[in-house]
Amino acid sequence: MSVFHRFANPNRFLKLTNTVLPWVSGITVVSLVAGLYMAFFTSPPDYQQGESVRIMYIHVPSAWMAMFIYTSIAIASVCSLIWRHPLADLAAKASAPIGAGFTFLALATGSLWGKPMWGAWWVWDARLTSVLILFFLYLGHMALMNAFEEQERGNRAAAILAIVGFVNIPIIKFSVDWWNTLHQPASVMRADGPSIDPSMLWPLLIMGLAFKFFYLAVLLIKIKSELIEAKLRKYRRAMVDSA
Amino acid sequence: MNGFLNIVSKDLRLALRQRSDLTMAVLFFILTAMLFPFGLGPEPNLLARIAPGIIWVTALLSVLLSLERIFLADYEDGSLEQLVLSCASLEIAILAKVLAHWLTTGLPLIMAAPLIALLFNMDTEAITILLIAMLLGTPSLSLIGAIAGTLTLGARRGGVLIPLLVLPLYIPTLIFGVGAIDAAMNSLEAGAVIANARPHLLLLGAILLVSLLITPLAGAAALKQALE
Repeated sequence: MSVFHRFANPNRFLKLTNTVLPWVSGITVVSLVAGLYMAFFTSPPDYQQGESVRIMYIHVPSAWMAMFIYTSIAIASVCSLIWRHPLADLAAKASAPIGAGFTFLALATGSLWGKPMWGAWWVWDARLTSVLILFFLYLGHMALMNAFEEQERGNRAAAILAIVGFVNIPIIKFSVDWWNTLHQPASVMRADGPSIDPSMLWPLLIMGLAFKFFYLAVLLIKIKSELIEAKLRKYRRAMVDSA
Repeated sequence: MNGFLNIVSKDLRLALRQRSDLTMAVLFFILTAMLFPFGLGPEPNLLARIAPGIIWVTALLSVLLSLERIFLADYEDGSLEQLVLSCASLEIAILAKVLAHWLTTGLPLIMAAPLIALLFNMDTEAITILLIAMLLGTPSLSLIGAIAGTLTLGARRGGVLIPLLVLPLYIPTLIFGVGAIDAAMNSLEAGAVIANARPHLLLLGAILLVSLLITPLAGAAALKQALE
């Protein structure tokens, strides 16, 4: 708990961010370049799907991120409601647009992949539908957060909504096991180890790493700018008061 | 318990005195359902096949119309604060408001549903399942809707926000509500109707239980911060 409260101080957090951010950004760039190179050039085409299998290297990590970021928002919301941690609200606020972006990316790339494989841009199967619901949960979260005069109330209301909406996450994860769907079942994160060949698994994992660090980098930058903006507001008010 | 009954009876009396609120949801329900035969053509088999979906979707939209009413009027005239102060616990107050909302919206919809089902050429067995499914499903709609109602108190454009917050959470109820009737209509033997619809009905019951648990907690947290 002491570490948890230690970085509730904005200045201490800013200092930490400034040291960590270059490393996080560096890992993002390196893993993104390496992952994309492996995905496009060194990984083999699929024996059934041909070259279009390469969509997977964007699609699957985006879908992971869509669920991961929503989970992070739910955890941040719990922290904000229970401990009133000031950074938790900022983190939830900064994460929502990124998560919505990744969800949209997962849906869009899935649609592009579905056309050659299933013969349709969109099918109403359980996984696609539940991810679409997730997208609307993100939009609702963002809309509710900005719907109030005081930011504090918006944060609180959005936090409650995020926790309620969390029921959708296990439904997305297990939808492919519970219902017979067109979408294939899990092939990486499963109990008996991944069922996918190493030549495809490695680029996929590296892309997953790149996306995760990309999220972390953008999150840190956004929290940092929010903190600086709050400071600026304070200075401006002080100047107006003294004038 | 006294506080609970007081809130329910107060809301029911209010609804009975302003009957336009009470009839609006049902009228909207019947009128929107009526539009479909005009839009799709009067072919009886087609209508019977799509009737479950149409009835559920229009019922869902009718409930949506009345969600803002649950808390907003009380919030604006200040009686919500008095109500919170006088009631033993916020959770019970919320459940009372939800029950009153269901009695004035969900129940009338259930009573109007067989009429629409007959107009859409559904057979009696399917109508029975439809009624059971709506009895299990519409309370969940009121419960989930109440969360959005409390969350948007005092928000700008609260009425526009509610559909965005609520519709994603309504989808499971819609899926299993329609699924139950479809399963009943597709069963070949007469005795298998209930057996086929059973899994869907059980899932509707599960949604109801989960929302019975979540709504008082989330609603109380939302009300607390709205009245701060």
